[in-house]
Amino acid sequence: MLSSFIFDFFFDYTFRTVALGSLVLGFVSGTLGAFAVLRQQSLLGDAVSHAALPGLVLAFLISGSREPAVLLAGAIAAGGLGMLYVTMITRHTFLKQDTALGIVLAVFFGFGMVLLTYVQRLPTAGKAGLDAFLFGQAATMLVQDVVVMASLGAGALGILVMLWKEMKLITFDPHFASTMGFPTRTLDVLLIILTVVAVVVGLQMVGVVLMSAMLVAPGAAARQWTDRFNKMVLVSGLIGAGVGVTGSVISSRVARLPTGPTIVVILSGVVMFSLLFAPGRGIHFRTRIRKKQRWQFAAETLAVHLLNHEGSPEEATENSLTALERHLGWDLIFAQRVARWAVVNNLVSQTDGSLRLTSLGRETAKKVMVR
Amino acid sequence: MDTSRNALEIMDLTVAYHNKPVLWDVDLSVPEGILLAIVGPNGAGKSTLIKAVLGLVPAAAGQVLVYGKPYPEQRPLVAYVPQRGSVDWDFPTNALDVVMMGLYGKVGWIRRPGKNERKLALDSLHKVSMADFADRQISQLSGGQQQRVFLARALVQDASLYLMDEPFAGVDATTERAIIDLLRELRSAGKTVIVVHHDLQTVTQYFDWMMLLNVRRITSGPVEQVFTEENLHRAYGGKIAFLSSSSSPPAEE
Amino acid sequence: MTPEQIEIILIAVVVAGNCALVGTFLVLRKMAMVSDAIAHSILFGIVVMFFYTRSLASLPIIAAATLTGVFTVVMVEGLVKTRLVKEDAAIGIVFPALFSIGVILINRYAATVHLDTDVVLLGELAFTPFDRLMIAGHDMGPRALWLAGMVGIANLTFIALFFKELKLVIFDAGLAASLGFSPLVVHYGLMSLVSVTAVSSFEAVGSILVVALMIAPPASAYLLTDRLGLMLILGPAIGGISAVAGYFMAFILDASIAGSMASVTGIFFTAVLFFAPQRGLVSLMRRRRRQRLQFAGEMLLVHLSRHLGQPEEMEESSIEHIGRHLRWEENFGKRVISHLLHQSLVRLNAQKDRLLLTERGKTLAEERLGN
Repeated sequence: MLSSFIFDFFFDYTFRTVALGSLVLGFVSGTLGAFAVLRQQSLLGDAVSHAALPGLVLAFLISGSREPAVLLAGAIAAGGLGMLYVTMITRHTFLKQDTALGIVLAVFFGFGMVLLTYVQRLPTAGKAGLDAFLFGQAATMLVQDVVVMASLGAGALGILVMLWKEMKLITFDPHFASTMGFPTRTLDVLLIILTVVAVVVGLQMVGVVLMSAMLVAPGAAARQWTDRFNKMVLVSGLIGAGVGVTGSVISSRVARLPTGPTIVVILSGVVMFSLLFAPGRGIHFRTRIRKKQRWQFAAETLAVHLLNHEGSPEEATENSLTALERHLGWDLIFAQRVARWAVVNNLVSQTDGSLRLTSLGRETAKKVMVR
Repeated sequence: MDTSRNALEIMDLTVAYHNKPVLWDVDLSVPEGILLAIVGPNGAGKSTLIKAVLGLVPAAAGQVLVYGKPYPEQRPLVAYVPQRGSVDWDFPTNALDVVMMGLYGKVGWIRRPGKNERKLALDSLHKVSMADFADRQISQLSGGQQQRVFLARALVQDASLYLMDEPFAGVDATTERAIIDLLRELRSAGKTVIVVHHDLQTVTQYFDWMMLLNVRRITSGPVEQVFTEENLHRAYGGKIAFLSSSSSPPAEE
Repeated sequence: MTPEQIEIILIAVVVAGNCALVGTFLVLRKMAMVSDAIAHSILFGIVVMFFYTRSLASLPIIAAATLTGVFTVVMVEGLVKTRLVKEDAAIGIVFPALFSIGVILINRYAATVHLDTDVVLLGELAFTPFDRLMIAGHDMGPRALWLAGMVGIANLTFIALFFKELKLVIFDAGLAASLGFSPLVVHYGLMSLVSVTAVSSFEAVGSILVVALMIAPPASAYLLTDRLGLMLILGPAIGGISAVAGYFMAFILDASIAGSMASVTGIFFTAVLFFAPQRGLVSLMRRRRRQRLQFAGEMLLVHLSRHLGQPEEMEESSIEHIGRHLRWEENFGKRVISHLLHQSLVRLNAQKDRLLLTERGKTLAEERLGN
């Protein structure tokens, strides 16, 4: 299986194109997506990608060509126009960004569909190329597509790397950035433009409808694995690239498996896995910690109780499990489990149902009492 | 009028949101080397005043001079400590990195901060007793510790005029102490500090000047002159009857 | 017009009205993008049920899709509660996942599922008259019309019953809770309605354009009035008009009906955005210019009154000083002063180089300061 993949990579033209293309596109959208997630603008990508559709179709309608550069220019223009409209609505009315995004997303897309259905009825329609932009069709990628998209993506990434610390700063604290003299608003617009480019570049792979997930999911997953900004953006790019390649290759091998949805399903799996099992932040990790803290707390309470009565006349009665039931309000089963946890962790020893502090247990109890 | 000796000179500053005035024709002269508290009821425009000075909200009219020149020419002389709630503390970064951001302006475009900046940032964290937390992810810091990180970020800017927006809000006693020590240190180094403050009880202890603000400037000057029942009444209306007993003259430090 | 055309228009109008009705609450609660999420993810429920029932307008499908819609909201809220991702990212992760699974199922089982991706994106309004509701051999009209009508009645009933509660939850959820209205019940009730409405509109307009119908007309209405009751009438009316106009636009262009409807809602919104009598951009600009003058005048009055009787009065009230100090453009300053002179709020001194407040001016300045 693996050897046939490697063989195909060197000798199968389609395979190589698809794999290389998805690698680049996935990396670009993953990288910029990390910024979108951190800026809490995840849904911006959704609006941009949908808004790109009419630009795409109009570019085809006007030029009559299916040159990727022409189509992408149209898409970028329309996506940018959509964002401009969103900004205008939110700046001058009391309507909130979500409303503006919703309107731009659906209305631009609707207009795009009007154009698309119109184009499809034209006798000259080279419509296959356009349809691929709805749900993505990695298999239709040509080398020239990859070249155009890769250069666009490389340009976007180049600008991002050059302005790395500025972009990081406006993502974390835009007001502070502007007090240091950085033109926050211009940088903001630039970052949105770069995002538009990333979205448009990924369209042929994932499609208009699901492109937003390609931005959001890698960033959201990557955030769980690291607490460092640079690493997070890199991991996000790598997740985008990895999933992009995997999804594209699978979909180009299996009949009737559209690329976009395939990639998104795999991505969602990655996100779920990250949310559950990422060390430090993951849900699984946190529940374990919380459980441990609960036992720790109970065992400490037990240790303090034992310490209080150590050496006193009533010690013999107080160090039994039934005394715990009476004095600490624990039921017998819970008391047993706490005692067992404490024994396992070497805080107390248990002989014939009576509990005695170990030296570690005594230390712990003393520390707790000081706290 | 010689304004060049003043750290900050605000003249006829008016700020309006949608034509509703938030600040009305505010004048303020801040001499160099003092600790000034801006005090006033909620919605008095205290934070807005600082933001307007920094150009973060547009002024409808008026003028702001920092050491005698318009603010944009004097940016490097001014450091800003925003409200703690203004950023997302779940941002993937650590305390040291946040402090280094204070140097981005000096580092200039495109260049990256390097070893030297790291050292400066660490020194600055040290000054707020946060050096041990340099590598700590910022969401794992307590509110007070986060506030101190913000202070360290302003310190590293090595400015002459410090503007702080509610640095005492919701911090623990240790941090409050640390901030006060820091403010005094800054003052003895000849710096000027302007602090938006919400706690009338501590004004007289912590600050040497105060400004009472309620949309317009009620009055400003040395605390012992300004902190009078009558002035407070003018700023707060009838809402501070409880204070009349505590309006003692400021304690000498 | 043929009876089929009339039926199509009727269905379109009822669907658009339904969408605008529930959409009003989404816009007001700043949850517009939730419509996007629900409208996409219900595809999952629809496809799964479609294997069993074959007709879109059937109860099991509606039930399954509604459940999926509410499930989406629950998932998003659950993710937000983990605090591992922000709300925007949570939305951007959940709905693409469910939608993708739906699209893959459609593609994989295209032969058995009589649904294709065009229907998903555009609906098939043109075919709705052919699916008729037959009761005891009598033709009762198109099934889709019945469905939309029933959903409309359900929506209206819910809104009529809970009008007060809805209003309270929109404007002050905290207060609503303290008064004993459970915002949660109203919230999930509303989410169920959005889901049901999205399913019932799915056949007519597909899962993306339904967002246009839910968001654009209420947003337009919001720019025209801020009374909830009036919004609930205006929104559906705008939706209905857009539906009819969209139908004719599609007829003329021979293009997608749903796409045209969405486009018209967008055109409508844009027109309102610019030309709404109170909140439109044109009237806003005009009013801003006028208010700027008036505001500047008041500012000058306050300035004069503050320095009244002070030692610096001579300097502060000189025309030359005012121009310099308030940093107005020379022409604007002149206009402000002549505006004030004209209203006899100020007068000139004998040398005509200083401004003096009149009694009226003093009163106005004090009023302004007092507030």
